[in-house]
Amino acid sequence: MTPIVVRRFSGREASAQTKLDTKAALANHGFYLTEVSHAAGIDFVHQGPTLDPKLASIMPEVASMGASVSIVDFDRDGWPDIYVTNSAEGSKNHLYRNMHDGTFKDVAEELGIADVNQPGTGVSMGAVWGDYDNDGYEDLYLIKWGRPELFHNDHGHGFTRVSEKAGLPPWINANTAVWFDYDGDGLLDLFVGGYYPEDVDLWHLKSTKMMPNSFEYADNGGRKYLFHNLGNGKFEEVSAKVGITSRRWALAAAAADLRGTGHQDLFVANDYGVSELYLNDGKRFHEAGERTGVGFAPKSGMNVAFGDIFNKGQYAVYVSNISEDGVLIQGNNLWVPKDVTGGKGIQFDNLARDMGVELGGWSFGAQFGDLNNDGTLDLYLTNGYVSLDRKKSYWYDFTKISGGNSTIIGDAKNWPAMDGRSLSGYQQKHVWLNDGAGKFVDVAQAVGVTDTYDGRAVALADLWNRGVLDVVVANQRGPLLVYKNTVPPDERWIEFQLEGTKSNRSGIGAEVTLFWNGQEQIQQVSGGSGFSAQNDRRLHFGLGKAPRIDKAVIRWPSGKIQTLHDLTPDKLYKIKEAE
Amino acid sequence: MSQAAMTTSVPPGNGAQWKRVLSLDNRFMPPLFITLILLAGNVSFGILESYQKTLLAIVTSIAAELVLGRIFLHKWPHLASAYITGISVGILLRSPFFWPYALCSLLAITSKYVLRFKGKHLWNPSNFGISAMVFLAAESVATLSIQWGNNLGAMLVIWLLGSVIIWRLRRFHICAVYVISFVALAFLRTWITGDPLLSEISPITGPEYQLFIFFMITDPKTTVRSMKGQCIVAFAVAAVEMLLRLDQSVYAPFYALFIVGPIALLIEMWLNSRHSTVNAAGSFDKGLVHP
Repeated sequence: MTPIVVRRFSGREASAQTKLDTKAALANHGFYLTEVSHAAGIDFVHQGPTLDPKLASIMPEVASMGASVSIVDFDRDGWPDIYVTNSAEGSKNHLYRNMHDGTFKDVAEELGIADVNQPGTGVSMGAVWGDYDNDGYEDLYLIKWGRPELFHNDHGHGFTRVSEKAGLPPWINANTAVWFDYDGDGLLDLFVGGYYPEDVDLWHLKSTKMMPNSFEYADNGGRKYLFHNLGNGKFEEVSAKVGITSRRWALAAAAADLRGTGHQDLFVANDYGVSELYLNDGKRFHEAGERTGVGFAPKSGMNVAFGDIFNKGQYAVYVSNISEDGVLIQGNNLWVPKDVTGGKGIQFDNLARDMGVELGGWSFGAQFGDLNNDGTLDLYLTNGYVSLDRKKSYWYDFTKISGGNSTIIGDAKNWPAMDGRSLSGYQQKHVWLNDGAGKFVDVAQAVGVTDTYDGRAVALADLWNRGVLDVVVANQRGPLLVYKNTVPPDERWIEFQLEGTKSNRSGIGAEVTLFWNGQEQIQQVSGGSGFSAQNDRRLHFGLGKAPRIDKAVIRWPSGKIQTLHDLTPDKLYKIKEAE
Repeated sequence: MSQAAMTTSVPPGNGAQWKRVLSLDNRFMPPLFITLILLAGNVSFGILESYQKTLLAIVTSIAAELVLGRIFLHKWPHLASAYITGISVGILLRSPFFWPYALCSLLAITSKYVLRFKGKHLWNPSNFGISAMVFLAAESVATLSIQWGNNLGAMLVIWLLGSVIIWRLRRFHICAVYVISFVALAFLRTWITGDPLLSEISPITGPEYQLFIFFMITDPKTTVRSMKGQCIVAFAVAAVEMLLRLDQSVYAPFYALFIVGPIALLIEMWLNSRHSTVNAAGSFDKGLVHP
């Protein structure tokens, strides 16, 4: 209980449950969201895994991930489709084909990418899509605690499992993967970040000593993989060769050209430790987390999202962590590049507190996107860890064990039983609107985001080709939520769909810098970002009212620069890399 | 945390020992060691929210000491004590905001001047400030918990530094009794709760707990004088902490000391006055100024 006097100064007044007033939402915030999953034909409820009985007492905690969502136009019909993972043994993943009429139809079974959680093969944790063979159709890499899978997209008519042929290892316990062309050869490579060590079969534990050996300095997690695409359907694992040898507990990773070098750098958010920033020189990676400021204070990293929040042509990086009133306040990080001179290279400041996006509960997935088309990037964050008994909390026991010696914390049998208690459950989500003047304001309740499920993944896409960003949220042991966005038509927009020719055909890594009304905003095509998520490959820019677009400059991963003039708002531009 | 070196109890008439304990080295040893712990902790583990917040806690603490010292004592007090309180707040308090650091330091120093009985302050200042903050402003603050990692290295450093100070001040028995009591009561807790024994022992194996053991429960200004009494109080802190832990209080050790410390002092004063063997508390001035 906090006295009202203190509460006033805490700056964290609990947002009251409000009924959605659409007129007020439009007038005050310029948009509102309506949850339409059922009406859209989506009634998916995620199921969690049941791991080795030796973990039964803390099962809700260790089996707390696996809900994911990725957006892909798998059949190239120009409408975004949705792929969601399931995580119970024997459960099925779903691929929701966009039926162009406001509804979706699950086609995963008939296309061969549903039944991927068979006992003995592990369960799904996420999915990222990329056209690794440049045939024009996005292929699927399935992130698992178990046997990783690569599915080749057979021109939108089905999928062929090519995991062994591609050279994937037999088992990885991963929660994150990213497609990107690290060496600029025009072929998508694949980074996979291990969480639990790869020799741990979570269904048949040899030992209960498989937990992190520290809450903030753990170095006994899974290894990292960088699969270099050889161009013949095979991949070569090169992580050690190029300088990636960490055994931290990776939960999220994303790639972006943070320094304007033409090479995508790799940002890895680790649970139980510091974040890592691998600077890419085109051939090798150089870990620079501590030097750049992002990898000094250890937290519980669970998200990596890039966004040009100041419209300066520079990416900020949002990393989510844990904050629980009165127990643990790590605070989320909003890493903003400093203006550095003197050859020190890139460095970052954490501006999360200053900008109002620091406290998000037990935060998981987050994505940047212009939700109200006003020309600035907003931030959608989902959260909540384990929602069981509303009145009983596991936090006391969690803090009791987590501060102890590594030999105690590292053995699951020492962890007190959860006994149906919640751990940061039933949390309110955050929809932070960027005011364009250095502050984000939480409007979640006011715009219709009132769910309190255990949120994991967030993906943004213009699902119905209307010129607005809709939001899809995957919840652990909860329903897949589809928030349809409504924005007044006088808030203008422009979208770009990029296709590489010399560069990888997915266009992953390609950047568009849009210049309008005397400002600029950069966005990139991503091969995976947030937490267990992937946004639509099409880039969406809000422009505000009465925009004057000067130009758009595309920088392709090949290095080619393409400038577009005479652009008009409210259009989707399909751009092929100039030969 | 304590201002041990500056305020340690010294047998009257033992001039050589008095001189030794209050020598320049000893006088500045605790502030120096606390500073070293803070710097080492931050360089190796990044324990601080930020240097600015810690600086704010220290500056507020010193400013409050100066102002309150002038008001109540009409002279400038020695600032080493306030420095330690400020730095303790900077280490132990966690908050994304700035104001809790200032408020906590202010509460801590003010308690020393205002919450007094027979000329003696009853609470360890930083224990008072931190307990008040986590009780009253739980939405905005937490305490240091997991930020010092889970390895033996950090713990050994604190044990080494802490032992040097505490042994010289002949207060190591307080730490020993508390640790033994905590472990013994962990057996009792695990028998009651059914939780694994190591989970009950786990808190005391973390480095942050060592700060509590070495620098807070040993504060001479807010502990009783006799060795036997100190041992009883140390056990009582562990016992009350156990009860609070059974109630799943995250901040059990702070609250336990907050409750037990003043009660022990009041009992001691009552016993002293009954037996008329010792002056109740000395002059107001004598009770406040740290040598």
